[in-house]
Amino acid sequence: MKADLLAEFETPEALLAAVEELYRRGYRVLDAFTPYPVHGLEQALRLPRSKLPWLVLPFALGGGGGCYGLQAYLNGWDYPLDVGGRPPHSAPSFVPISFEMMVLATALMGVLIFFALCKLPELHHPIFEVEGFAGASQDRFWLGIDGRDPALKRGTTEALLASLGASRVAWTGETAKAAETSEAVKKPTEAAEEVPGAVTKEEPS
Amino acid sequence: MAEPLILGEPSDRELSEQLLSVVWRPRSRLWLLAFAAASAGTGLFFLCAAITVSTGIGVFGNNIPVAWAFDIINFVWWVGIGHAGTFISAILLLLEQKWRTSINRFAEGMTLFAVIQAAMYPLLHLGRPWFGYWLVPYPSTLDVWPQFRSALPWDAAAIATYFTVSLLFWYVGLIPDFASLRDRAPGKARRVLYGIFALGWRGSTRQLTHYRVLYGLLAGLATPLVISVHSIVSSDFAMGLTPGWHATIFPPFFVAGAIFSGFAMVLTLLLPVRRMFGLENVVTQRHIGALAKMILVTAWIVIGSYIIEFFAAWYSGSEVESYQFFVARPTAPGAGVFWVQMVCNALVPQLLWSRRVRESGVALWIISVLVNVGMWAERYVIIVLSLQREFLPAQWGDFSPSWVDIGLFTGTLGFFSLLFLIFLRLFPFIPVSEVKELNHELRKGHG
Repeated sequence: MKADLLAEFETPEALLAAVEELYRRGYRVLDAFTPYPVHGLEQALRLPRSKLPWLVLPFALGGGGGCYGLQAYLNGWDYPLDVGGRPPHSAPSFVPISFEMMVLATALMGVLIFFALCKLPELHHPIFEVEGFAGASQDRFWLGIDGRDPALKRGTTEALLASLGASRVAWTGETAKAAETSEAVKKPTEAAEEVPGAVTKEEPS
Repeated sequence: MAEPLILGEPSDRELSEQLLSVVWRPRSRLWLLAFAAASAGTGLFFLCAAITVSTGIGVFGNNIPVAWAFDIINFVWWVGIGHAGTFISAILLLLEQKWRTSINRFAEGMTLFAVIQAAMYPLLHLGRPWFGYWLVPYPSTLDVWPQFRSALPWDAAAIATYFTVSLLFWYVGLIPDFASLRDRAPGKARRVLYGIFALGWRGSTRQLTHYRVLYGLLAGLATPLVISVHSIVSSDFAMGLTPGWHATIFPPFFVAGAIFSGFAMVLTLLLPVRRMFGLENVVTQRHIGALAKMILVTAWIVIGSYIIEFFAAWYSGSEVESYQFFVARPTAPGAGVFWVQMVCNALVPQLLWSRRVRESGVALWIISVLVNVGMWAERYVIIVLSLQREFLPAQWGDFSPSWVDIGLFTGTLGFFSLLFLIFLRLFPFIPVSEVKELNHELRKGHG
């Protein structure tokens, strides 16, 4: 697996601006890690709409329809009881349970499909080894560039991120002492050699 | 005009620190005291449950003609209390009411624990709870199936679904905060524990696109669900011919009463907890005032339903219906409970018209307790007073609860409190992530 590049920002606004800038420069496989949903981030990342509702729909229909069918078969045909001359297949009285089972099937399958889409539960992810990443659930806003992104260039991208205001830049997969970007790093063009520490280390195979 | 939802201008770091630390701050003496009392109550509950199961349900006070009493009064009362939690977390979410944010998880916790208490009663009333699975249509050598044209299997389906969906909704809402605790809590044991519950959540925007859709979907499901649950519970009565039950007003009447009592219970719990944990900056007067106004609104829906009940009894031209409402309820044995119901549900909430009352914690707390007393009285009146005075005067009787009835009821109050106190210590009961989001939104709004 190729290493991903991560950058930490202090505010959601800085993160948002950085995402827009990266996108403008041709980076395409981006992600962000934030303590709470940041308004406008999904659009800035050009993420597709979640398919979850369409994936859940068949289970909703199946749960409700199946349950109606079951009740109708059991009480209407398999073992009909005559209660005060009412028809064994009395549709209105089968509606409440059908509705409940529709809701139950949708909720249960919704959560399972959500887990599948998010690949949860996940026992370990290299991203958690990055120093300071714990802040992404507290008060820091992290940007991630996937290792497969063709625009990602070791050396130049770090400098670009620093110039966009990142307070740390780090690669996953290196037990990186995340590089605090030094004051010297200001111009992206010069920065390639100057980004200190872990950032310029060789990628482990 | 409106008071702020979050006082001061806390930073994300301050909010995380304050709201997450509820799980590792040392226990207060008040909490320990409450915990001891709740444990005693829980012990009482299990003692009475053991007596009920080992002796048989004859230990309950109900008998013919009052064949349904405390077991179903308490069931309906507890389920109703749960409804406000779902109302706050789901309906107010869909209506984009920002004041739900600080109190939704708290209210959802209340829902879950209230539904657990409610479920105890039908389980015990089965007499042999280990045969509870007979309610499920499974192929067996008995060759018969549950009768789905009765409202009672609807009840079982509704309560089971309601509990499961509430639990899922609650858990999904907790995932980002579990992740936050995993990264922030002191001590390895806590981090591992919360890490397991967080399931590896990274807060990535790709995950969040699915998360937000799922959360909205669950809210959309919970909204009709909560209305269906108490409507179905009310059908247990409305489908019977007993005078005082056989009315089409029952489903909306029950739902309104449920939300009414639930909001009161939220206040009963929220006011002391807010004080105990020093949360005045995120649970502000705005939240408390909004809850008080919701109680007033639902009180009027309930009052409207009372008026319609009495009107329908008279307008039906049925002697037994008229007798039930105009003679039996105000004067028959147990009529005192009817008057308690009227005072607590119709008169007491009118105090909430006053801003001074809405701003006084003590007054609000007393009113919220009285509302729940009133709602319990309402369930008692509907069930016991109706059954006491059915069609034939020769069948009339009366009811008094046995000590097991009273013990079970007191016991569920203790068991509920116990679960709630544990919840307060183990989970961030103010949704940290959502409050931070709201805080950011509010601050941006101010410029």
